[in-house]
Amino acid sequence: MSTSVVETSPAPAEKAEATPGHGLREGAFGNATALACRECGHRVDLGPFYACPECFGPLEVSYVFPAVTRAEIEAGPRNIWRYKALLPVPTDIEASPNTEPGFTRLLEARNLAATLGLEKLWVKDDSTNPTNSFKDRVVACALSAARELGSRVFACPSTGNLANAVAAAGARAGIKTVVFIPSNLETPKVVNSAVFTDALVAVDGNYDDVNKLASEIAGEEDGWAFVNVNVRPFYAEGSKTLGYEIAEQLGWRLPDQVVIPVASGSQLTKVDKAFQELIALGLVEDKPYKIFGAQATGCSPVSAAFKDGKKVVRPVKPDTIAKSLAIGNPADGPYVLDICRRTGGVVEDISDDEVREAIVLLARTEGIFTETAGGTTVGVLKKLVETGQLDTSLETVVINTGHGLKTLDAVADRVAPAATIAPTYAAFAATGLA
Amino acid sequence: MSISVRIPTILRTYTGGASEVEASGATLAEVIDDLEASHPGIKARVLDDDGDLRRFVNVYVGNEDVRFLDDLATPTAPGAQVSIIPAVAGG
Repeated sequence: MSTSVVETSPAPAEKAEATPGHGLREGAFGNATALACRECGHRVDLGPFYACPECFGPLEVSYVFPAVTRAEIEAGPRNIWRYKALLPVPTDIEASPNTEPGFTRLLEARNLAATLGLEKLWVKDDSTNPTNSFKDRVVACALSAARELGSRVFACPSTGNLANAVAAAGARAGIKTVVFIPSNLETPKVVNSAVFTDALVAVDGNYDDVNKLASEIAGEEDGWAFVNVNVRPFYAEGSKTLGYEIAEQLGWRLPDQVVIPVASGSQLTKVDKAFQELIALGLVEDKPYKIFGAQATGCSPVSAAFKDGKKVVRPVKPDTIAKSLAIGNPADGPYVLDICRRTGGVVEDISDDEVREAIVLLARTEGIFTETAGGTTVGVLKKLVETGQLDTSLETVVINTGHGLKTLDAVADRVAPAATIAPTYAAFAATGLA
Repeated sequence: MSISVRIPTILRTYTGGASEVEASGATLAEVIDDLEASHPGIKARVLDDDGDLRRFVNVYVGNEDVRFLDDLATPTAPGAQVSIIPAVAGG
């Protein structure tokens, strides 16, 4: 199918300049044309900017898309670069070393659907990315931006998964990489970063403290590309590929309902953006869909604001085992509220015990071992069904964002050998497992 | 003793490029008023039309987000460090 040129913008604004500034090479950011403030529409040139100089609002990538066809996308590589025309990356992106994430499996979850009473359920399993979380998608886009901007250092503040992805991508790209994490992270996430870089910095404080520090460093040091700070507009676009893939893997159509974990809220907003772009480009049929957000109660500022009918999100001090979702001051929280309300979804939260139960539930019904973020999402799906907030007759997709091997401690006291026996048949028979 | 205020990159056009400036005031609101006197225009970038902190700006007194304290009424003791930081980071 063919499509016409489509311009996307977060807010009505003057026509964007098609030529990037700051000495960038032609096509450095593909079909992206400018950065536009999501709050006030103010536009700035493509560059290492993330906050609107007028109102501090988040800057978001605007594009003028050419005609893009399903066939062109399907002929692309089996990774996120099949969608490169829709991302802020150059056309020769595949020539630069990166971790080539994406095009992860979309599994029909018949057993989990039957257990929960859903007619049609899919799991988008992003635990199979190169460093076992969805963060490889966003980091690949950030790495491209860092290269095009001539950055000397590749860096991030992280709750763990992002640290893994940045450290690995930085190693593969051969760029100096410095990663900042809270000092209380799960050991597997620390090791999974430290193995890739000798510049892992553990900060005494929670994620929001680390984030504040990173913002200050980004303001003081030239040539640093903090993936989720000063190149965040480009980085965040990588999460759109989750939405593109879900639609393509469903046969170029949108699901009725999607359940997505909420930390900063960026991923949820980008899945919505992806669906809207696919509709605008004529790549999928325009149809209603509902987006649901999932949080752990111990860090649920967005869920609380949703339930209170608020438009703003009041920060909290996180206290949950779902550390990859433990962002007490979520940057995109207000937009999550907007999107869930606009589409008819909700934001819901569950206890840490329910997170643990859901990890085991997904593992034992579908053979997928998810980390605490995925446990939160599956657990919230269960709660949404039980409370009648989600229509069980509609096709639903739940996103698993990371692998359970990263958070073994979460379920270590819930799963164990059924028996420890002598190596004899009699001993085995006595277990009752025969 | 004055208050030290860290200025984010996007506000340094108001401070002649300085990343840190001095101000005075017993509360955050007074510090921002004093900043405005020294660096006209900066207040409207930090506060919205209702006089509240803009949705996407975080202000810290010491290491604590003032939203966990008393917002604009947060006391600023002599020698305190105030940091103004864009909120749209992380995740």
